[in-house]
Amino acid sequence: MNTIFDKIWDAHTVAIVPDGPTQLYIDRMYCHEVTSPQAFDGLRARRLSVFRPEKIICMPDHNIPTLNQDKPIRDEIARRQVETLYKNAEDFGLTCYPIGHKKNGIIHVVGPENGLSLPGMTIVCGDSHTSTHGAVGAIAFGIGTSEVEMVLATQCIFQAKPKTMRITIDGTLNEGVTAKDMALYLISKLTTGGATGYFVEYAGEAVRNLSMEGRLTLCNLSIEMGARGGIIAPDETTFNYLKDKEFAPKGAQWDAAVNYWKTLKSDDDAVFDKELHFDAADIEPMITYGTNPGMAMPVNSTIPDVGEIGQKALAYMDFKIGEKLLGKKIDYVFLGSCTNGRIEDFRLFANYVKGKKKAENVIAWLVPGSWAVEKQLREEGLDKILIEAGFELRQPGCSACLAMNEDKVPAGKYVVSTSNRNFEGRQGPGARTILAGALVAAAAAVNGFITDPRTNRQKS
Amino acid sequence: MKAITLLTSTCVPLPLENVDTDQIIPARFLKTTEKAGCGDNLFRDWRYDKNNQPIPDFVLNNPNYKGEILVAGRNFGSGSSREHAAWAIAEYGFRVIVSSFFADIFKNNAMNNGLLPIVVSEPFLSDIFAAIASDNNATLSIDLVNQTIINNASGATETFSINAYKKECFLNGLDDIDYLLARKKEIEQFEKKHNRY
Repeated sequence: MNTIFDKIWDAHTVAIVPDGPTQLYIDRMYCHEVTSPQAFDGLRARRLSVFRPEKIICMPDHNIPTLNQDKPIRDEIARRQVETLYKNAEDFGLTCYPIGHKKNGIIHVVGPENGLSLPGMTIVCGDSHTSTHGAVGAIAFGIGTSEVEMVLATQCIFQAKPKTMRITIDGTLNEGVTAKDMALYLISKLTTGGATGYFVEYAGEAVRNLSMEGRLTLCNLSIEMGARGGIIAPDETTFNYLKDKEFAPKGAQWDAAVNYWKTLKSDDDAVFDKELHFDAADIEPMITYGTNPGMAMPVNSTIPDVGEIGQKALAYMDFKIGEKLLGKKIDYVFLGSCTNGRIEDFRLFANYVKGKKKAENVIAWLVPGSWAVEKQLREEGLDKILIEAGFELRQPGCSACLAMNEDKVPAGKYVVSTSNRNFEGRQGPGARTILAGALVAAAAAVNGFITDPRTNRQKS
Repeated sequence: MKAITLLTSTCVPLPLENVDTDQIIPARFLKTTEKAGCGDNLFRDWRYDKNNQPIPDFVLNNPNYKGEILVAGRNFGSGSSREHAAWAIAEYGFRVIVSSFFADIFKNNAMNNGLLPIVVSEPFLSDIFAAIASDNNATLSIDLVNQTIINNASGATETFSINAYKKECFLNGLDDIDYLLARKKEIEQFEKKHNRY
């Protein structure tokens, strides 16, 4: 009567501290440049080596420019941080995919697409969106830098065992509704703290029918409702996605792995601490109107009464209760991030803008999540469609999602962003973020204003 | 890590909900490769205007409010996993944060930096805010051994929970990593049967 979460958690429990946390063994850790330097310094201060270097993968993604990656980073402090990661990887004997490497990109895009994240694993990274990797059927969650140091030193961390929640979404998604809309819908229902203390399993027909890319998007946003992570039981979609990936098992080992992975599902009589059910037919294309991802609504809806507590957010966005956002003029569009920087997102976007033109008032940043995504979209000819429609492609990285590089939205400007957080100042001091999926972003990019992608299409 | 047993202090009130880690320390200040210095950028965009001048309305710029205890609205520390948020709060001089609800990763990060997050009930939190509003010198007392928090203005007391292991860490100033390093042999034993990946 175990959940998939219990099965994987228990298989990684080294010990339980009496009246304390679980000592959990970690199979894979990813390190990026922002949250790891102090951890490596900690190892040096204690004169420690990395305990299991083969289980650690490093790559810069947060700080890196999305233009001219062949040239040195202009921001000296950012450059130093990236070089520090390279030096730490070299000093401690760790695999590193530097800027420009064919396997470089956003960690949460690169890990799954190379088979570095596999079903049944425990996966951590000093980044809250590590929840993404749960889509392959792993326990994956973000940790702080002290915990990064613990994993480097011992391949273990202490964690209180979270409670379990199952979110079942029955039925079929309507046309024009994406995994991103599904996630924003759930966050709007649960609020940003609604799943705090829980690890979420996503189940039901609508989840099963998602592609691997869609599942990665859904699990990615688990943290935005407060959950430590999200997980989807591995199935044929998972196995087909992972087969022949570079770091996935091969031959007889693959067969043995799949046999094991098929056991990773919640038992029929599994008991969850909380169960929620939703109907996919109720979900529409979504946008956010406030300054946390829970402040989301259907794109053609009006801003609800947010009460006194929401006034600060609406003042920041310069929106009003009861206002309709359809037709609202926007300034920027950002397609990318660990949420929506995968090939399927670029297919959706390109398919929508095909034969249309980017609106003149819009500055659009189209940032593939990895070099592998970039290569594939070129192979599919999507780059030509995008260029024909007046867009340009940039180089992979986290980019405007958190605006640590030069991709900052100016104060007061509106950006329709496929990323994950609309916090105050997240995409640049004073920037106003409207979160959406790739289709709503595409519709806004060609019209120059918020558009329901199912209806008000720009004439070709 | 600095030990905490008993602490009585005035408070800095931040009666806002869903204070995310991007507000605690914006991403553009995460380019540092050190922990030191984060305190200068605590609540940067609420604390300073775009010309780096202090915004007088913000509580950290109000000389009437100081102390080692930060009191914040529910769901404090949501968002990113950046430990810089905990470093910033600790370096600024806070040793305890009181709220009715904390985001998970932030809570772990705080505890790993000797910053004690205390969860109190909504009414108790409201009473603290009310006490500070009527007297900025109102104090709270924290007794970690007995796991109690006292609002000295009203005399109200609440117990708070903390697991026995973490409590020992705080009382003795110990880190998780010391504990884990002492268990290397057991980890190697575990790896012998756990060799799938």
